[in-house]
Amino acid sequence: MIVIIFLVIVALLAFWIIGSYNRLVGMKNQVLNGWRQIDVQLKRRHDLIPNLVNAVKGSMDFERDTLTAVMEARAKALTATGPADAAQKEGQLTQALGRLIAVAENYPTLRSNENVRALMEELTGTENKVGFARQFYNDIATKYNTAQQVFPTNLFAAALGFKSAELFEITNEAEREVPVVDLSRK
Amino acid sequence: MNLYEQQAANRRKTWLIMSAFVVFLLLIGAGFDVFYIGEAGGFVPVGSLLALSVGSVSSLVSYYAGDRAVLLATAAKPVDALAAGASADERLKLQQLTNVVDEMAIAAGIPAPRAYVVPDSDPNAFATGRGPGRSSIAVTQGLLDALDREELQGVIAHEMSHIRNLDVRLMTIVAALVGTAALLSEWARRGMLSGGGGSSSSGRRSSRDKDSGGGGAVMLVFFVIWAIAILAAPFVVQALAMMVSRKREYLADASGAELTRNPLGLARALEKIESAVAPTQSINRGSAHLCITDPLGRQVNLKEGFWSDLFASHPPMPARIAALRDMAYQGRTA
Repeated sequence: MIVIIFLVIVALLAFWIIGSYNRLVGMKNQVLNGWRQIDVQLKRRHDLIPNLVNAVKGSMDFERDTLTAVMEARAKALTATGPADAAQKEGQLTQALGRLIAVAENYPTLRSNENVRALMEELTGTENKVGFARQFYNDIATKYNTAQQVFPTNLFAAALGFKSAELFEITNEAEREVPVVDLSRK
Repeated sequence: MNLYEQQAANRRKTWLIMSAFVVFLLLIGAGFDVFYIGEAGGFVPVGSLLALSVGSVSSLVSYYAGDRAVLLATAAKPVDALAAGASADERLKLQQLTNVVDEMAIAAGIPAPRAYVVPDSDPNAFATGRGPGRSSIAVTQGLLDALDREELQGVIAHEMSHIRNLDVRLMTIVAALVGTAALLSEWARRGMLSGGGGSSSSGRRSSRDKDSGGGGAVMLVFFVIWAIAILAAPFVVQALAMMVSRKREYLADASGAELTRNPLGLARALEKIESAVAPTQSINRGSAHLCITDPLGRQVNLKEGFWSDLFASHPPMPARIAALRDMAYQGRTA
């Protein structure tokens, strides 16, 4: 009798661990997929910037510093590895872009240029997509981390090879202030 | 009520409505078997089988064609097609719409729906389709002209929430079943009025001959239920659809705000939409419950209460705006 009870308990425990393991695998893949979504948007952003810089270069000759800062930040962002590193370097790129856009606001010829306006809208869209992809990623990464850290899953999550996911966080206080990127305002 | 409860509730309602529909089909079919065919068809329930198969095929076809039918009825055009012949300003607006739809799809974590524009100057928007990945969002030209980027984002987030919450799928199913129920009850009514009358009474008489008087009374009750089911079915399903509609709008507002993290964008958009009171001409009664605001501009939407719950498709606009402003206030103090 005791043996049977013991076996039942062991079987229940095994089922429960298998269930938790599969749930964590599912969440891990969601997190990876979320990260890929951010990556896609970051790549679009990197592709867009040279176009924008070329489009405004002619009209902003004496703002060369701003333009070089953007291109340098972009080059650095291309070398980023992993969410935390990328978050930091992309943050710097966001800052540089914010300055560029703020400066461009002062040039009426740029504001009325159809090509520049279309590029600015694409940039706004891409910035937002990066932001929303990050929001989505951080939400599911936090859920994944919580699922690993709650008792009693925390007793075996690490032993099964699960690591907590890095959040895509903005570390620098100044970067938190997202500049208004909106030339399309009515 | 949160997103997952709403999804679960919608799945439950979907099953409930579909089961009720199967019962309705069987009732119609069984009525035919009993009153018209009787012993002539042997013991094969021809009517039931016919009703079931016609009903299923018709519902499936309407379900899969549902979103195309709605888009066609409102004369909505896909954004890409419009962008080709548009002026620079219009093209920028369309580009903005495409971007905002993509942004909100990313925020909601679902595949991006297709974006459409309805040529109507009254601001309104709706979503249609069969769930995430197989849906479309349409906005009117008036909405596109009136709103700025932030406000447009709020509206699209609201529609995206309807798709993600499975509201849109439930509505497409309900629409398909309403159409089929109307079709079948129309057929059954014609059957009752025309040649069926004689055979109906003879069918009842023959069963009365065999059974006792009590059996005849049971048959009569069954006949009354059958007739009422046929006559009332389309209205009952429609009322069901309306009753689920109002709560959903608050939830879609709230989860839309969760996507944009900016409740004020939608609040301002709703204010602008409300100030344009003209009915949306190109959206008819059948698609009213899909829209962000009632396209018919009915007074019943301005009140709360039992009758409004029964007949209005949308909660009062001031209440929605106030709820969104509350959210923004909480966000600031937190």
